[in-house]
Parts: sequence; structure tokens; C-alpha cells
Amino acid sequence: MVELIDLVLLGMLAITALRVIFLKDLFAVVMLFGLYSFLSALIFVNLDAVDVAFTEAAVGAGISTVLMLGTLALTGRKEKANNHTALLPLLVVIITGAALIYGTLDMPPFGHPDNPAHQHVAPRYIEESPKEIGLPNMVTSVLASYRAFDTLGETAVVFAAAIGVLSLLGMPKPGGVAIDSGLKSHLVLRVVAKLVIPMTILFALYVQFHGDYGPGGGFQAGVIAAAAVILYALVFGLPLATHVVRPNFLKVLAALGVLIYAGTGVTSFFLGGNFLDYNVLASDPVVGQHIGIIVIEFGIGITVFAAMLGIFYGFAAQAERTNIQ
Amino acid sequence: MFEQHFPVLPIVLPLIAAPLCMLLGRSQLAWLLATIVSGISFCIAVSLLMVTLDQGVLSYALGGWEPPWGIEMRLDVANALILSVVTGISTLVLVYAKDSIATEIPQSQHTLFYTAHLLCLTGLSGILTTGDAFNLFVFLEISSLATYTLVSLASDRRALTAAFRYLVMGTIGATFILIGVGMMYMKTGTLNMLDLAARIGEFEYNRTLNTGLAFILVGVSIKLALFPLHMWLPPAYTHAPSAVSAFLASTATKVAVYVMIRFIFTIYGAEYVFYSMGMDVILLVLAIVAIFNCSFVATVQSNVKTMLAYSSVAQIGYMILGISLVTTAGLMAGLLHIFNHALMKGALFMAVGAVFMRTGSADIKAFRGLGKTMPWTMAAFTIAGLSIIGVPLTAGFVSKWYLVTAALEQQHWMIAFLVLIGSLLAIVYIGRILEAAYFKDPVQSASDKTIKEAPLMMLVPMWILAVANIYFGIDTSLSVTAADAAANWLFEPSAQAVFQSASQSASELGAAR
Repeated sequence: MVELIDLVLLGMLAITALRVIFLKDLFAVVMLFGLYSFLSALIFVNLDAVDVAFTEAAVGAGISTVLMLGTLALTGRKEKANNHTALLPLLVVIITGAALIYGTLDMPPFGHPDNPAHQHVAPRYIEESPKEIGLPNMVTSVLASYRAFDTLGETAVVFAAAIGVLSLLGMPKPGGVAIDSGLKSHLVLRVVAKLVIPMTILFALYVQFHGDYGPGGGFQAGVIAAAAVILYALVFGLPLATHVVRPNFLKVLAALGVLIYAGTGVTSFFLGGNFLDYNVLASDPVVGQHIGIIVIEFGIGITVFAAMLGIFYGFAAQAERTNIQ
Repeated sequence: MFEQHFPVLPIVLPLIAAPLCMLLGRSQLAWLLATIVSGISFCIAVSLLMVTLDQGVLSYALGGWEPPWGIEMRLDVANALILSVVTGISTLVLVYAKDSIATEIPQSQHTLFYTAHLLCLTGLSGILTTGDAFNLFVFLEISSLATYTLVSLASDRRALTAAFRYLVMGTIGATFILIGVGMMYMKTGTLNMLDLAARIGEFEYNRTLNTGLAFILVGVSIKLALFPLHMWLPPAYTHAPSAVSAFLASTATKVAVYVMIRFIFTIYGAEYVFYSMGMDVILLVLAIVAIFNCSFVATVQSNVKTMLAYSSVAQIGYMILGISLVTTAGLMAGLLHIFNHALMKGALFMAVGAVFMRTGSADIKAFRGLGKTMPWTMAAFTIAGLSIIGVPLTAGFVSKWYLVTAALEQQHWMIAFLVLIGSLLAIVYIGRILEAAYFKDPVQSASDKTIKEAPLMMLVPMWILAVANIYFGIDTSLSVTAADAAANWLFEPSAQAVFQSASQSASELGAAR
């Protein structure tokens, strides 16, 4: 049964990908990308990787669709006809695909419990993490403690992305020209948005602080919170949104999140541990782990929130500028 | 009290300084902070190099979790040497950048430049220091994203297209590396490099692992701009701000070469890669084609930055050539050339940046008569240029010498001969600039502003590198000893496998279940 669901989802994924290649209407392509991410999220759920599915749904199907639409607002909806021959790219793709298929020939059987991935490092995480870290969600234990340095790096990646967009597009001026942007005239949208936004923010807080126990954590929470403000900006216009969350404040937040995370690591130095060793943060190592994980997840949350919203602001500000001209 | 944390500090310090730079907001303060942090990282890197030369390996368990469950920073002579180069060049470039970016990047973007530079340094240090294959990918992403930003910061609009091209190619490269790491994980269940090495060694021939290696090698080859995957590099280095070109040309591609060395020698093992998969022949051919094709293309460029960029691709060919000889001597020559090439290209790009600042152009015409008007800049350019050619008493001669010796040791007369011919092409492209600077009269420009010498803050770092080119050409004790120790170290699988105990306890744990 599980295999059947997998096959159907993978088939739909392939069809979506093929449509994306042949469609010329970029608006439809963006929508299909959202669908693609959503299907991937479903596959991840089917693989029992709920944390990954959650991230994929929030980032892939959610925020990146909005950002791609923002790009379309700047560039236009139709793909330019190009007269390159696709022969070389096609060849490269075929070779890559063939190599990937060749690589599957010696792969361990799909999902088998005796696979190396389940036998070598993973048993320790499963058996010891409840004692060593004390969190029911082992995914959080691995990414926030055992491999916390990777996650610090990922936070820095998000920060770097924000820096990139900031340098290219800039930020909207707070309290800029209040041209009639947004969808204010749509009554239904306004009412629904007012209902949905507080709930979304509440949900983000839940995901942020419940990440230790269920799927979730800073990445997802940051994205969800950013989505709430983006919805606000879309319905009520950018000037009002920048009034609520100021662009300069976002810059501070983005930097602060990385500092909180790295600062936790440095605190470990002074308490006699290695970088990011949370055991030393409290007299009881398990309590220390708890404190460390909550603090760094908070750091991730605010950096991701600020980066996502900042990127959206960048696109929106650019779009408003072109509108004014 | 921080000595035991030294292995992680060259990553953590710039990582903390980057957001601080953004918070500071003032470009002067951001510059000061970035330079100081980079300088401290350099001092730490040098002390790490001394310690590793003395004691061998330094291992640092992040979060206190012993490898392979946690992430390990692992320093040996090879990466400590390159780490010293990267942090050192970064510091010099930052000193140089203060005046250089004033004319090339809009004032409002200066703090962003320092932030992105520090992030890039974080990423490069991380790639060099880490002992974990996935962690390496994460730092690769940090450095790549920061690099795209740095390239696009130039006021020149064409920088945007160049950065975009770089982004597309770089992302494909990173994805390929990730696919490869995924395949390795699938077969071994671990991500720690030494643990991977031990477990990959158990396989005789495995199609999944072979595919993983192929993806990693192609991905890294894009990142290090191995011919024919180098097409992103010349536009990026041409249109990037001069300080960025100087930094990237002397660090980013070198770090990618290091990644290739790491994956080949530490993880898969030279025997697996070269004898069972025959990669040495492919690399050898590509390296030689790179040297000739790109040196030749360099001779016909009119933009000096483009010319230097093509020369970089050719020089990367020499490094790969050294690796593909599959001997300790060859690998040592490759590592030595990473070190020496950083010194030459850093100085050359800095000199071109100074010319660009004073004349507003990096075209070869702008160099006419500069021997008189900008004597210090052109003298530094000349020294570094002679080093690229491989004139005796310069660093370039030393690495070419070892490369030729390594080839002759294997009776590869042809390769040794080709290396020498490659140097002749370098004489042509460097010679054109020197001819313009010293033997041609300046073009009569419409505005008759006189061209001044570059400011001191730009000359000093440029000259430090130029002098280093001569110093390491005469006194080779430090560079050659370190490169030699590193090559021996990489070639000796038993020396690397000190780590066995943790790996064994992992398998015991598995067996106990």
C-alpha cells in the first residue's frame, strides 16, 4: 500500500516536472513549482520524515512560491522565446540521469532495517538521545545538538541569502509613498486575512517552542511567522506592513539570530565545554541540553523570520518602485 | 585558555563578526572589525600550522560529541597550510579593500561588502577545517552564497549577469556534491570523513559509491573551474570589484582544489580513485588541455582582469596536473602551487585593481606608460608576473620546479616538456602588459588629469604579497616543508587512521544490538 502511494505521488511529481519544462506561461510554472513542493512534502510524510515534510511544505510550497511571484511581478509573465539549441544541455541531463540510474544498481534495499544508514550511527541517536538529551523528537536532538554545527551553518546560509538579496534589491523606505497598493478593496480578503493572521502567528509560536516534542522548530516557525506578515503586506499594502515590522528592525533581527546561536556556542567556551556543548550550560547535563536547544532554536527562528520577510520586502520594494515609475 | 578551541576559532570568529558588521552600520567600524578578526584568524591559523607540523593531527569535537556521532574539526598539515593562506590573503585584501571599494562599490553597500566577505571567510575556513563530509557541504554553501553577493556588488551592471551565471553553475556543482555525499551515506551510514574512509575501504567495487564519487568530482570540478567547466570564472573575476577578484582568485578555487584532494586521498583513497576508476588519466588530460587552452586564450585578451582569470584556470591546471601524477612528489607540487599561486594572483589582481582605480579601466591600453606614473604598482605587478611565468628566485619557479621534477621522476618527459611550454605562453601574456607599461607612451586621454600612484593602503598589502613571492622563491623551507609533510600525510592512509578506536566502538555498538 505504501509503495502504491509512493508510486502515484512520484508519477504526479514527474508529470508536474514535465509540464514545468514545456509551459511558456511563467505564472503557471510558479504554481506548478508550488504543487511540486507540496507533492515532495507528501512523499516525505510517506517516508515518515515529518520534519522534512513540514519544512518543504512551509518553504517550498509556501514562501518560495510567493517570492517567485514577486519575481514575476518584476520581470513579466511570459518566457522569452530562445533559439538556443537544447542539444548539449539535453545530452548533459541524459548522462546525469543515466549516472543516477547506474548508481541505484548497488543501493541498499529501499527502507530495509539492516541498511547501513540505520545500523551505524543512527542506533546511538535512537538509544542514547533520550538519556543524553531527553527530547522525544530525535530529529531535533540530532540537528540541534549532535549536529548543531551544521545547523549553525544553515542559519548562516539563510543569513547570507538575506545579505545577497539586500545588496541587490535594497529595502523599502519606511513610511514611503503610500500609493494604493495591496488588495484593500477586497472586503472578503481583508476579513479573512484579519482572521488568519493572528492564528498563523500563534501557530508559528507553537511550532517554535514545540519543536522539541513534535515536528517543527526554528526554521519552520520563522517561515510561518514571516508568511503571516507577508499576507498582511499583500492584503493591506507594503507601506502599512513596513510600519508594523520596520525594515531596519529586520536587519537587526537577522543579525541577532546568528549572534544568539553562535553566542550560545561561545558561552560553552567560558563554562569549560567545547563549542556548542550544552551539557555545561546547567549543572544537570540534560537540563543544559534543553536550555541550549531552546535558545538556539530561538536564534534560528528569528534569523529565518527576518531573512524571509526581508527578502520579500526587497522584492516588494522593487516592484513598488517600478510601479511608481 | 582558548588554545584548545583554536581549531574552531577561524570559523567562529568571522561568523560572529559578520552579523556584528551589519549591526555596526558604519563602514569604517565594519572595516576595522573585519580586518582585526581576519588578522586574529590568521594568527590562529599560523599557530595551528606550527602545532600540526609538530604534533600531527588536532581533532576538536563540536558540542562535545565524539565523532562519528558529532561533527569533528580535524586539522592536519595540509589544511592548516591552506587555512593560513586563506586567512592571510583575506586580511591583506581587507586592508586593501578600504580604498579600493570606495571607487568600485556604492557607499551604502560597504558594510554589506564586509559582512559578505566575513561570511565567505567563514565558509572557506569551515570547508578547510571540517572532518565531516556533510558539514563541508554546509560551509560550501555559505562561502558560495557570500561569493555571489560579493561579485554582484560591483557598480558595473555586467557583474550581475556574471554573478548570476556563477550562481547557476555553482549551485549545480553544490547539488552534485550533495548527491555524492548522499550516496556515500547510503552505503556507509556515516558522514565523518575518516569513518567514511574506513567503511568505503571495505568495498571492493561498488556502483553506488562509484557514482557518488563521480558526482562529487564533477561538482568539485565546477567549483574549482577545471577545464571545460570553467566558463563561469572569467566573467565573474572580470566584473567583480577588484578586491573581490583578488580574494577569490587566490582563495576560493584553491579551497575547491583542497576539497578534491580531501575526497580523493582521505575519503576514497588514491588507490580506489586512480587505480580502480582510472581518474588519473582523465584529470591529467583535462589539466594539460586547461593549461594550454586557457593560457592561449589569456594571450589574446584585451581586458587584463579577464586575462588573469584565464591564467588562473590555466594555473589550476598545474595543480590538478600535480594531483594526477599520483605520487607524493606530484601531490606535493600541487599543494605547493596552491600556496604560491595564491601569493602571485593576489598581488596581480591587487595591482590591476590599483590601475583600475587610477585610470578607470582594466583594459591593456590603460596600462600604457604606467611604468612611469605608477612605478610601485607596476613593479609589484612585474614581480608577481615573473612569478607566474616561473622565473628563478620567485615562488612560481619553486612550484614549477617541483612539478617538473615530479613528472621526470615518473619518466613523463612529455609532461615536463609541456609544463615548460606552458610557461612560455605565460611569458607572452604577462609580457604584453609589461611592454605596454614600460615601453609604450600613455594614450592621450581627453581629460588631462595626471595619473597618480595608488594610495599607500593599497600598495602595502600588494607589496607584502610581492615580497612574499620573492621570499618564498628563495627561502623555501617553510612552504616546501609544509607541503611535503602534507603530501606525505595525505598519501599515507595509515597515518590518517589514528581514529580507528571511535570507528571500532561504533561497529561494536552495531554488533551488540
